[in-house]
Amino acid sequence: MAGGAVSFGHFRNVRKTFPRPGEEPLVSIEDISFDLKDGQLISLLGPSGCGKTTFLKIVAGLVKGYEGTVQIAGEHVREPHPDFGIVFQQANLMPWRTVLSNVLFPMEILGRTGAEAVEQARELLSQVGLEGFEKAYPPQLSGGMQQRAALCRALVHKPKLLLMDEPFGALDELTRMEMHDLLLGIRERTGATTLFVTHSISEAVYLSDVVAVFSKRPALLADFIEVDLPYPRRQEMRYSSDFVELEHRASRALGISR
Amino acid sequence: MKITNFLQAVIYPLAGAVGIVLIWEFYTRYFSVSQIVLPSPSSIADAMFAERELLLKHTWPTLLECIYGFGLAMVIGIPIAVCVANSRFLNLTFYPILIATQSVPKVAIAPIILVWFGIGMESKLVIAFLVAFFPIVVDTATGLRATPAGLIELSRAFRASPWQIFTKVQFPAALPFIFSGAKVAVTLAVIGAVIGEFVGANEGLGNLLLTANSQLDTPLAWAALITLSLLGILLFLAVAIAEKLLMPWNSSAVH
Ligand SMILES: Nc1ncnc2c1ncn2[C@@H]1O[C@H](COP(=O)(O)OP(=O)(O)O)[C@@H](O)[C@H]1O
Ligand SMILES: [Mg+2]
Repeated sequence: MAGGAVSFGHFRNVRKTFPRPGEEPLVSIEDISFDLKDGQLISLLGPSGCGKTTFLKIVAGLVKGYEGTVQIAGEHVREPHPDFGIVFQQANLMPWRTVLSNVLFPMEILGRTGAEAVEQARELLSQVGLEGFEKAYPPQLSGGMQQRAALCRALVHKPKLLLMDEPFGALDELTRMEMHDLLLGIRERTGATTLFVTHSISEAVYLSDVVAVFSKRPALLADFIEVDLPYPRRQEMRYSSDFVELEHRASRALGISR
Repeated sequence: MKITNFLQAVIYPLAGAVGIVLIWEFYTRYFSVSQIVLPSPSSIADAMFAERELLLKHTWPTLLECIYGFGLAMVIGIPIAVCVANSRFLNLTFYPILIATQSVPKVAIAPIILVWFGIGMESKLVIAFLVAFFPIVVDTATGLRATPAGLIELSRAFRASPWQIFTKVQFPAALPFIFSGAKVAVTLAVIGAVIGEFVGANEGLGNLLLTANSQLDTPLAWAALITLSLLGILLFLAVAIAEKLLMPWNSSAVH
């Protein structure tokens, strides 16, 4: 159990190349090092195609053959870990399962089915405002509702680490802002350590303890911005000068503004 | 809304069918068309009623040939599709052969099948199987390959076993494809069975049709033909109903 001084996630000189037939291998991630403390929410912010998803999948144990050190809770990551929860940009719900049964899918795979699991799933669904939709099928839900169900599915087995890959990228602006507060509320309750991939500057600043800015591919850490805005965050904060200053700094790191 | 849709779906084609039958009846009567050339709908209906026992007696073997042939195609076709979809080696080796065999006209191999399997039910069953097999394999393999990558990745993230991924993700994701293949296959199975009966048989609707034709009993031949069509529709509906029952989520989509 890693706690206190030892960082929960430990990433050192992470590098990833993809072989290409008849060409130099494609360097997706050049060199990324940072620490993820227990309970922290760190955003990985970077332009499209810079290697954010690749990095997240390495941490998830879904990508093999990287260089460098990736440790979670003191253990080297080489394969998927059942203590992680993942949310992708697409909700990826199974249309043949009801919402409740989708949320219970991880428990089924982990062999932890039972009344307790069902209770936990129902509890989560009501927390995200999906009470009464347990028996609905995903195509009957809006995009935002689907993504909320996907969030419940990622949380149902009480993961120590939550990995989110542009989870709100496909949602409209208003729904996205709602989801931000929802996520922060859940995080406050569960204390889950979170890596959050996004290409939205304001989303990164609004949610995170730290914004890790990735450069263009091959990814280097362009900046590591500590967001010293207090939690709970409020939508008004988006318009504070501190917030805007942080956005500006991220934008500079991305090379968008000066 | 739902009910008017349903009525529309039933009443319009029904009205169309009644119209065609009326025109046909009128045409055969008014121009006194010979019953041998084109029997009137009423005389076909007469024949169907008068010969109902004979028709039923011959429906039974044809029905069995279709069901067995179709069932065999499902039981053999789906596992083959699973192998082809999951193994690059099997896919590269056998898929092209499978597709090539489809260019062989089934009517042409029917006599050979008859030599191998005799004049009884087995040969018809095999021909029905052969024609039903292909759409099942192709659609199932397509469906298995079309499983959203995100779903498989998600399952892998929880360390699902390949068997779990197959049963909980790949297979249900492929079900709509499997059913669309099955609906094509079941109608083809009827054609296969009739081809077999044409080439050589002692019973079955195809056999009855040929016999009636050779005796110039055209109304009976038409009665057999219509029974055959009804049989095809019935089998198709059975698969469609199974689809609705097994995939309730498909019909529940509202947008
Ligand atoms: N499995 C893979 N094989 C080959 N190249 C890949 C693979 N996954 C990602 N890449 C490449 O790595 C780069 C970074 O991709 P990705 O991590 O998806 O970027 P991001 O999520 O930041 O948009 C892209 O150029 C992409 O084409
Ligand atoms: Mg990405």
